[in-house]
Amino acid sequence: MSEDARSVLGNPPPFRNPADERPLAKILLIGLALVFLAFFLLLPLVSVFVEAFRKGWSEYYEALIEPDAAAAIRLTLLVAAISVPLNLVFGLCASWAIAKFEFKGKSFLITLIDLPFSISPVISGLVYVLLFGSNSLLGPILKSQGITILFAVPGIVLATVFVTFPFVARELIPLMEDQGTGDEEAALSLGASGWQTFWYVTLPNIKWGLLYGVLLCNARAMGEFGAVSVVSGHIRGLTNTMPLHVEILYNEYNFVAAFAVASLLALLALVTLALKTLLELRFGAGAAGGRH
Amino acid sequence: MIHNATASPAKWRLKRPSIIPGFGLTLGFSLAYLSIIILIPVAGLLWRTAGLGWSGFFAVLTDQRTQDALYISFGTAFVAALVNVVFGTVVAWVLTRYNFPGRRLIDAIVDLPFALPTAVAGIALAALYAPNGWVGSLFMPFRIAFTPLGIVVALVFIGLPFVVRTVQPVMEELDREVEEAAATLGANRFQTISRVILPGLTPAILTGFALAFARGVGEYGSVIFIAGNIPYVSEIAPLLIVIRLEEFNYAGATAIATIMLIISFVMLFIINLIQAWNRRRYGNV
Repeated sequence: MSEDARSVLGNPPPFRNPADERPLAKILLIGLALVFLAFFLLLPLVSVFVEAFRKGWSEYYEALIEPDAAAAIRLTLLVAAISVPLNLVFGLCASWAIAKFEFKGKSFLITLIDLPFSISPVISGLVYVLLFGSNSLLGPILKSQGITILFAVPGIVLATVFVTFPFVARELIPLMEDQGTGDEEAALSLGASGWQTFWYVTLPNIKWGLLYGVLLCNARAMGEFGAVSVVSGHIRGLTNTMPLHVEILYNEYNFVAAFAVASLLALLALVTLALKTLLELRFGAGAAGGRH
Repeated sequence: MIHNATASPAKWRLKRPSIIPGFGLTLGFSLAYLSIIILIPVAGLLWRTAGLGWSGFFAVLTDQRTQDALYISFGTAFVAALVNVVFGTVVAWVLTRYNFPGRRLIDAIVDLPFALPTAVAGIALAALYAPNGWVGSLFMPFRIAFTPLGIVVALVFIGLPFVVRTVQPVMEELDREVEEAAATLGANRFQTISRVILPGLTPAILTGFALAFARGVGEYGSVIFIAGNIPYVSEIAPLLIVIRLEEFNYAGATAIATIMLIISFVMLFIINLIQAWNRRRYGNV
């Protein structure tokens, strides 16, 4: 374009890719998304901490060291410490069988593993009440043996295991299917034993996906409410996990204490999210599993 | 081996031969663990329901309070999933297509409902949307918390990541050249989005809807604090199960649980159908 033509036509409008939205539409869409997320995600998160510190540090601190709260924290840690390793072992076994072998009924097995995701947490607790309750088949037998499962730690662990059952397996199955069996076959043909192959070949390949699954499993195990609430019996200081303690305090209108305990759980969620994001950034979304 | 297999196709095998060890051990352990933790307890629930007989089952099902609770659970979950489909798709679009400050942080925070314990979400939303809360006071005298609308708010929170995380990967895979082709053929941006982009996203959006809906129907912890829990008005089905249990009305609790279980199995089946249909149409998920 010559100088003359430019002076006649004026400056050409800035180039806009026709396969892009107008800048105004862009800004509106971003604004809409941000306002929506602020109202539904950000404000609830912020309000947990604001409510917890409403009466200052000392009230906050006291709510956490109070004996019932301390017992709830200990119980939550204990339940997670039992149920996460159980589901970790299951996740490794199930993904090894499913990803490394071709067998009949495989997709049905995967559907069954996913089952707890589509069952209401309350029903997850209910099935154990029906199984071990006083008017069930097993209840009287267990009672005569002096074994208590319901309204005690074993029941809480069982309900937690049920609810967090698919997390590790769900992360590992697609990851190990992608990796195929080539590495393991090479190791075995070079004379490695089965265990050696698992420890030195498979495990290093899946460690980040495994960590990712364990993180999500742990977050859910510590935070589970519905299933645990049905089987726990709400005995203060004995069978109250942190989420149940939050509920009791809230229903007693002791809001500062409720939000103080809740803030610990929110902190756990934030740490989980931070680690998860870090894993995804460093190893790509592929290394750290798919969706849930 | 291959020759043998073709020579005797009638021979049934559980698994294809492999030199990798540990099949029996890992599958055996997995099946045993699955049976003890999931299958036997769930079968126990169904067995208990069968023990009620049809008349007992229908007595619970036709009870007005049960019907209202089921209607509220499914209705609010449906509305919340619709809200999530609209806003979740917008959020996924903004996160995949635009670059703006804080995008990574926003992307990470979308997973918050997966990580935040439901009871914490429940009390936070209740405090926020209550008539004297930060958000609730903005809408006064219109009440959000302690009405069915409050349930929808909680379920929107719970279901959002299901839609975003299902739609987002498909959006990332979209071919920009198709959009450019549409533009060179004279389509305006709105036509390109509604006629070219959205049809490709439909299976993912439907899957996200179904996942958010299924999760919302069973949700308990985040809902009970904000719902108000008034029978026939804002009482959800999972809460009614808990109430029946506390009354030692095991028959009532069992029957409601079975109805919910059957419906969620149907949902799961539908999700699988959508994904199978999607694979046939597009060759990938």
